[in-house]
Amino acid sequence: MSMQTPATQSMFQPNQMMRRVMGGAFVGVGVISILISLGMLVYLVLDVAMRGLPWIDWQFLTSFDSRFAERAGILAAIAGTAFMMTMTIAVSLPIGVMAAIYLQEYAKESWLKSFIQINISNLAGVPSIIYGLLGLTIFVRYMMMGRSVLAGALTMALLVLPVIVVATQEALRAVPSSIRDASLALGATRSQTIWHHVLPQAFPGILTGNILAASRAIGETAPLVTIGALTYVPFTPESPLDRFTVLPIQIFNWTSKPQAEFHDLAAAGIVVLLLVLLTMNSIAILLRQRVGGTSRRRIG
Amino acid sequence: MPREQFQKGLQDLQDGVLEMGSMVDRQIERALQSLVGRDIPLAEAIVRDDDEVNRTRFHLDNVCLSLLTQQAPMASDLRLIISVLSMVSELERMGDHAEGIGRIVILMQDEPLVKPLVDIPKMATEARRMLKDALDAFVQRDVNSAYAVGQADTVVDDLYDTVYHDLLEIMVRDPSTVESCTHLLWVAHNLERIADRATNIAERVVFTVTGMMPQMDVSRY
Amino acid sequence: MTMTGQSIRDMLGRRMIELRPSVEVRAGSALPENDVVEDPVIRISDLNLWYGKKQALGGVSLSIPRKKVTALIGPSGCGKSTLLRCMNRMNDLIPNVRVQGSVEIEGANIYASTIDPVEVRRVVGMVFQKPNPFPKSIYENVAFGARINGYKGDMDELVEQALRQAALWDEVKDDLKKSGLALSGGQQQRLCIARAIAVNPDVVLMDEPCSALDPIATQRIEDLMRELAERYTIVIVTHNLQQAARVSDRTAFMLAADDLVGRLVEYGATDQLFTNPKDERTEAYITGRFG
Repeated sequence: MSMQTPATQSMFQPNQMMRRVMGGAFVGVGVISILISLGMLVYLVLDVAMRGLPWIDWQFLTSFDSRFAERAGILAAIAGTAFMMTMTIAVSLPIGVMAAIYLQEYAKESWLKSFIQINISNLAGVPSIIYGLLGLTIFVRYMMMGRSVLAGALTMALLVLPVIVVATQEALRAVPSSIRDASLALGATRSQTIWHHVLPQAFPGILTGNILAASRAIGETAPLVTIGALTYVPFTPESPLDRFTVLPIQIFNWTSKPQAEFHDLAAAGIVVLLLVLLTMNSIAILLRQRVGGTSRRRIG
Repeated sequence: MPREQFQKGLQDLQDGVLEMGSMVDRQIERALQSLVGRDIPLAEAIVRDDDEVNRTRFHLDNVCLSLLTQQAPMASDLRLIISVLSMVSELERMGDHAEGIGRIVILMQDEPLVKPLVDIPKMATEARRMLKDALDAFVQRDVNSAYAVGQADTVVDDLYDTVYHDLLEIMVRDPSTVESCTHLLWVAHNLERIADRATNIAERVVFTVTGMMPQMDVSRY
Repeated sequence: MTMTGQSIRDMLGRRMIELRPSVEVRAGSALPENDVVEDPVIRISDLNLWYGKKQALGGVSLSIPRKKVTALIGPSGCGKSTLLRCMNRMNDLIPNVRVQGSVEIEGANIYASTIDPVEVRRVVGMVFQKPNPFPKSIYENVAFGARINGYKGDMDELVEQALRQAALWDEVKDDLKKSGLALSGGQQQRLCIARAIAVNPDVVLMDEPCSALDPIATQRIEDLMRELAERYTIVIVTHNLQQAARVSDRTAFMLAADDLVGRLVEYGATDQLFTNPKDERTEAYITGRFG
């Protein structure tokens, strides 16, 4: 057995200068990239805020749309969005969570499961206008729901289902299998284990996924345009079969008008939409941090 | 081979036992020399050198202790160390018997022998052979040789019988020789005990190899 | 005075021969056989197990004695954990597992088609390698098993008894509402033991229960195992030979041969297996001269 000649000190000749320059350059490029993207965002937000904020007042929030910019408001859009999203979540959450539980906890590994799994992931990436066409065909025409809140809600439910399923599966996967083992080893059944241990632990994660899915749906315009949500609605929807509009469509409508005042109104609508989205995302982040907190304690 | 350090420790331990065995063997040899040559300075040297034997025993005890604590030996390794622990104790006692003979030689001063030394040197030779054979069996991990050591003990016992009866006869014939005869009897007794302890070492060899604890002690004394 | 032949000194430094006595010597001197386990709780007969196409256990037969601690030892991948998980059908949770042979608990084959694995797992509890308390209160951790198994007695009393048996009561009695995760690693593992015995099992399986613990916590668990053995039958898988030697009454040594199939090599009383193993492979493994 022959030992290799040990390296001597003189064999190490690090080019400290070069290394420092390269390192500095790398950091520089990164900082510039961040500044560019952040700068664009700040510019957009500032522009929208400066144009829109003066228009936001009680009247703006409580009025219907109007041909006159001073009298126009977003009441119908807010009511439509809230009504539609409530129904969307009511439909998609139970179905999505149950599907995720089945796929994650019960389904045996097979080609069929992999096939379904891949397709769900793919569906999450399908352009939203495709869902709109689907909703138009099935809900509006075939099931004769018309261009109603219900049709919109069901279309949106289709859109967010894959997202909810994937996010819920993710949350279930994050529950350590040692917890399942512990419960099963005590003589618990699979459903007892899921109900008592897996779901409670996955709950914040599932909620986060749902909020993010909902915030995606709130910002969507294309599918609702496709199924024919109205652009001018001087009333709030009372029943699921009423016609309706939502915030993004209202904004879209105003931006397409020739008068500059309506463009500022659109900016005001964007500010409101952004606030709603920011609020929802903050809640999601808070929930996620709570999950992270418990898992860190679990390791420690 | 894995655990090279441990293996080396066991090898050193075995060598230590052989070193000590050789030391004790030399003590027995010199004890006989001092008796035959009535060499009191040599007898005094034997008594002094027994301290060295005792020190060696404690040293080997410590080696065993650290192997036990540091290496957590199992199975044959564990048996080996346990055997060595009692072997060195036997060797140390054999050294004491050699020292005992030396003390008797000092006690006898220049008192004339009551009979020529015939059987006692034979006992010494036989006992030393048993010691050597026991250690040989230990090194070879040879159970059959170890059992042979146990058998050889009867030879020493027979010789002791002869010495005992010869001396008894002399004492009966001439009571004035009782003290001198008793001295020789002690010498013979010490040699007989040395042979017994060689048998004990052979027993530990069997334990080292097989894990069995045989009773070889067929000694009549 | 000269001695015949060589002197003792000549033997010095002679290479120690490999401590592998010949088979003849062994056959003539083996310790008395006492491998018959009287009145076993678990009797495993000719057990084979496959993960998909890969065989993991081959022809394992052994009987686990009642109210004793039995240790399963062997190098990684020898199938000892797999064997342990056959005793409460935890292996069922792994896809594509196939089992052949029988595992009888109190005379009933738990792999019979009429047996519900859920019921088996109440009778044969399990403690895992990493402490895995539920992220709930100490009380709820212990009470959960009893609750789902339809326990009708006094729950407070049951929780206290289980925690006492697990030697944890004195440390937690003032704060049963505290999260199980707030305990130290050793306490968490004792909580898991309390949780397992709260459903009154016959057997408690422990899969390397101390591998994530420090020496003091380990010592407490080991003491606990000896105490629990007065009421329960305990089977422990461990990589720590000293631990197996300290806590178990009987030890089984398993080894995967070149075909990677785990088999039982030797099974016997712990003190005998560790001082005088009968199989060369056991000897090589426990003296650390393996491979």
